[in-house]
Amino acid sequence: MNTVDGLVAVLGLVVITVVTRGFFLFSDRQMAMPRWLERGLRHAPLAALVAVVAPEVLLTQGQLLETWRDPRLFALAAATLWYAWRRTMLGVIVTGVTVMFALRQGLGW
Amino acid sequence: MSGVTVGIAAWGLVTGVAMAKSGMGMLLAVLMSLTVFAGSAQLATLPLIASGAPLWVVWGTALCVNLRFVIFSATWRPYLMHMPRSRRLWVAYFTADMNTVMFMKRFPEPRPAPEQWPYFWGMSLTNWAGWQGASLAGIFLSTSIPADWGLAFAGTLALFGLICSLLVSRSTWVTAAVSAGAAVAAYALPFKLNIVVSIAAAVSAGLLLDSSAKWYRERRS
Repeated sequence: MNTVDGLVAVLGLVVITVVTRGFFLFSDRQMAMPRWLERGLRHAPLAALVAVVAPEVLLTQGQLLETWRDPRLFALAAATLWYAWRRTMLGVIVTGVTVMFALRQGLGW
Repeated sequence: MSGVTVGIAAWGLVTGVAMAKSGMGMLLAVLMSLTVFAGSAQLATLPLIASGAPLWVVWGTALCVNLRFVIFSATWRPYLMHMPRSRRLWVAYFTADMNTVMFMKRFPEPRPAPEQWPYFWGMSLTNWAGWQGASLAGIFLSTSIPADWGLAFAGTLALFGLICSLLVSRSTWVTAAVSAGAAVAAYALPFKLNIVVSIAAAVSAGLLLDSSAKWYRERRS
């Protein structure tokens, strides 16, 4: 990505932050949100996050994982256990990164 | 309070490292951190930017991830509407996930009160400073962290934690499953269009399940 493209991408992201956070605060008049739209808005963030994360975890060079000996799977499993136990975001990241580091450096995966 | 700031700082550090490793360059990473100020949207779009996805896919993904803020903005309205528009939007820029949740917990009554703003700014500026400090540290430290430590995966783990916290009902599980399946199955599409396909499929599935559950409840009662 060249610098101009990157700059345009970042400026667009700034606009998206401002517009989404201020969406119902621009207008002075009260606006009602239709029910179906509100429900759709609730599903969209989850859908987008999973759409980005799933290929990062399940694919290697565009192919489905062929072995279970992939440090990503173990890191995610450990992170899931942590979340089920303590429900803290920081713990999820630390647990996953620790398992990842141990498998890479310890077992050379 | 301090616990929240520590969590936000860790998230910022991870985002800083991810920005530096995405190949966007130090200067652009610093600019992104200081201006975009939306961690999950930054983390979600970085792999897309790194793989050269078209701008509209990058922006569309960020928009979807940020749609939760649109809902938040509706809940902020009663607290802010007595202010002039420019002031409202300035406050809105700082309404991230944590301070919105904490503010609504502290002031559940939806009407303006003068004691709300010292609370809001104290909390928001502390979190902002914690986030930016950690994010910039991540950008500058990342070159000295070896790639084979696997720290690049921390960004994915951060998003994974966020996903876990959003899985609260049967229909959200369906949304997640459909999205994961579609994103992997459509991966061969050009321009990262698999992201677009999977968001469309998953939101439709979630809405369909919601409305069929409602229909079923109404039939039974």
